[in-house]
Amino acid sequence: MAPLLSVRELRTWFAEDALTAKAVDGVSFDLARGETLGIVGESGSGKSVTTLSIMRLIPQPPGRIVSGEIVFDGQDLRALPAEAMRRIRGKRIAMIFQDPMTSLNPFMRVSQQLMEVTRLHLGLSKAEAYEHAVQMLETVGIPDARNRVDGYPHEFSGGMRQRVMIAMALSCKPELLIADEPTTALDVTIQAQILELITNLKRDTGTSVILITHDLGVVAGMTDRIMVMYAGRVFETAPTAELFARPSNPYTVGLLASVPDPTDDAHAELYQIPGLPPDVARLPPGCPFAPRCARAERICREQSPPLIQLTPQHQSLCHFAQELYDAAGTPTAATGDEGAR
Amino acid sequence: MSTGGAPLVEVENLTVHFPLSAPSLLDRLRGTGRHRVVQAVDGVSLSINAGETLGLVGESGCGKTTLGRAILRLVEPTGGRVVIRGVDIAALPHAELRRQRRHMQMIFQDPYASLDPRMTVGQIIAEPIHTHGLGTGDTAREMVRDLMATVGLSERFINRYPHEFSGGQQQRIGIARALASQPDFIVADEPISALDVSIQAQIINLIERLQRERHLTYLFISHDLRAIRHTSDRVAVMYLGQVVELADAKQLYRRPLMPYTKALISAVPVPDPVVEAKRQRIVLQGDVPSPIDPPSGCRFNTRCPFVVEACRQHAPELLEIEPGHFARCIRISPLYPDIDAVAPGATPGLA
Repeated sequence: MAPLLSVRELRTWFAEDALTAKAVDGVSFDLARGETLGIVGESGSGKSVTTLSIMRLIPQPPGRIVSGEIVFDGQDLRALPAEAMRRIRGKRIAMIFQDPMTSLNPFMRVSQQLMEVTRLHLGLSKAEAYEHAVQMLETVGIPDARNRVDGYPHEFSGGMRQRVMIAMALSCKPELLIADEPTTALDVTIQAQILELITNLKRDTGTSVILITHDLGVVAGMTDRIMVMYAGRVFETAPTAELFARPSNPYTVGLLASVPDPTDDAHAELYQIPGLPPDVARLPPGCPFAPRCARAERICREQSPPLIQLTPQHQSLCHFAQELYDAAGTPTAATGDEGAR
Repeated sequence: MSTGGAPLVEVENLTVHFPLSAPSLLDRLRGTGRHRVVQAVDGVSLSINAGETLGLVGESGCGKTTLGRAILRLVEPTGGRVVIRGVDIAALPHAELRRQRRHMQMIFQDPYASLDPRMTVGQIIAEPIHTHGLGTGDTAREMVRDLMATVGLSERFINRYPHEFSGGQQQRIGIARALASQPDFIVADEPISALDVSIQAQIINLIERLQRERHLTYLFISHDLRAIRHTSDRVAVMYLGQVVELADAKQLYRRPLMPYTKALISAVPVPDPVVEAKRQRIVLQGDVPSPIDPPSGCRFNTRCPFVVEACRQHAPELLEIEPGHFARCIRISPLYPDIDAVAPGATPGLA
């Protein structure tokens, strides 16, 4: 079956002073229907710019999609007229952001904001849209939804606001939900609630999800596949279990190792990636990770790394990807894939 | 870290209430009208041994930051005592407090907001040295260079301004400033939560190395249970202004006693898909109630899966359930420490 979304060689650049910040530089991936893809990366890695490009929400200027294809259900989104794109955005592709307070309108009642979406996209009458809004709030687990629907965003707690955002995003039964750090601003117990909600909604509706996060714990439990980004490029992509069992890129290996493991002894020295994430307007020649990479050799500082196809599902952008893959291979790694589903 | 040292910091029954609004004149004349307060910290007692890291964990609004600040008297406590190196900080006159500040410092969550944007790195780090009369002129400059090297900042940056640095480097500047007065005790308030993942590990390692080299005592405040587990010898869990559980870190993570702590630990996502797939997560319902009007009885009763009627009536005490392991729940006791095994409706902790 054709993928729901296919991104090919996407390049989104920003003019920055006299330089060009290559925020996204040659990103390709597919997303199947019903699949959950995790995009992991640090700030400036291009994960949000990738999804904003898909939504065509890049501020222009200074940003510009320089090249690439974004094919959603057979249509190239880049070629769509603005009006047609508006009909897709919010209806067939919906997005939730990190900070619900800045993405909700503080001057509008929650009911009005929820109704706006369904009246515009589904052509519901006012009364229908109101009922739909109440239903959606119930679906996302807001207690006493009928009485709360006419409240303003500030009357809701952080977790409840994020539920309102999810209700709004799901109002038109989107085929693709993009969640950009949906739980980063929330406490762990509330994060657990929201992740459980997204998991249940996904199971009930079959929506495809792109989950952007910097938390490897969150993607481990939520996703089918993971794409690791660094300096605007896809450094590694693999099925979730395989990525954790057999990371084949030094950056992925470093990220996994630098998360404190609760089973370690206290005060044990944490693995640390030296240095800082690079400025995408001033990238060094060769591999952008080379200055921080323990494995780097001369070739890394001189030549851009190739994308190595390790298995049909697993790719890594590194001169030494095959070697790392072979070294990480153990008989149990292959069976871990099934166990995680 | 040696955890057997004598207490360097002792906190007794510390309370911080923030008034919401002044009572009206009429209410004051009549002596009526309850003026409403936020009970940010409500009767906290704990001690921190010399050379130890005490982790303080809890969700936003639980009072952990206010507690950290009240211990350093950056906010005035409403009641209680804070004894640091034998001196009651909460009762000191201001001039004397100023002198004592040399020994106790703070690392802040938002490194940029905590650095004066119009001062150079050199000036920022030198300020405590001058304030406390620890050095002048070339001596002070030499001390600044040493501190920069200690936290991993090149001395080339000495004349740069905070905005020229990344978040991780700004945090290093904040740490150098905290070290400048040669303190024994440092409150680190969410020192890594504003930083990128790869930078978090660098800062944790730095904070740990400084403790080893300088025999520092830390109160490490975080909502990140993974970081707390990694850095702390003992951990205090806060909920709505109170410490609800306190134990050795290893013990707390292996066998949490409180339903709240169980839920908190089970909510932490583990970066291992095999573990995640098998895990039973306790998902708490609802939000943290408002500290203006906390629930009566046990403050966790509105969200607790083990709640019984008595929990709404009796405010539980913090009891030593197992040696060194304290919990605040009427449904457990030293004889019945395991809440999963307690008979339905039983409240063995009610004396």
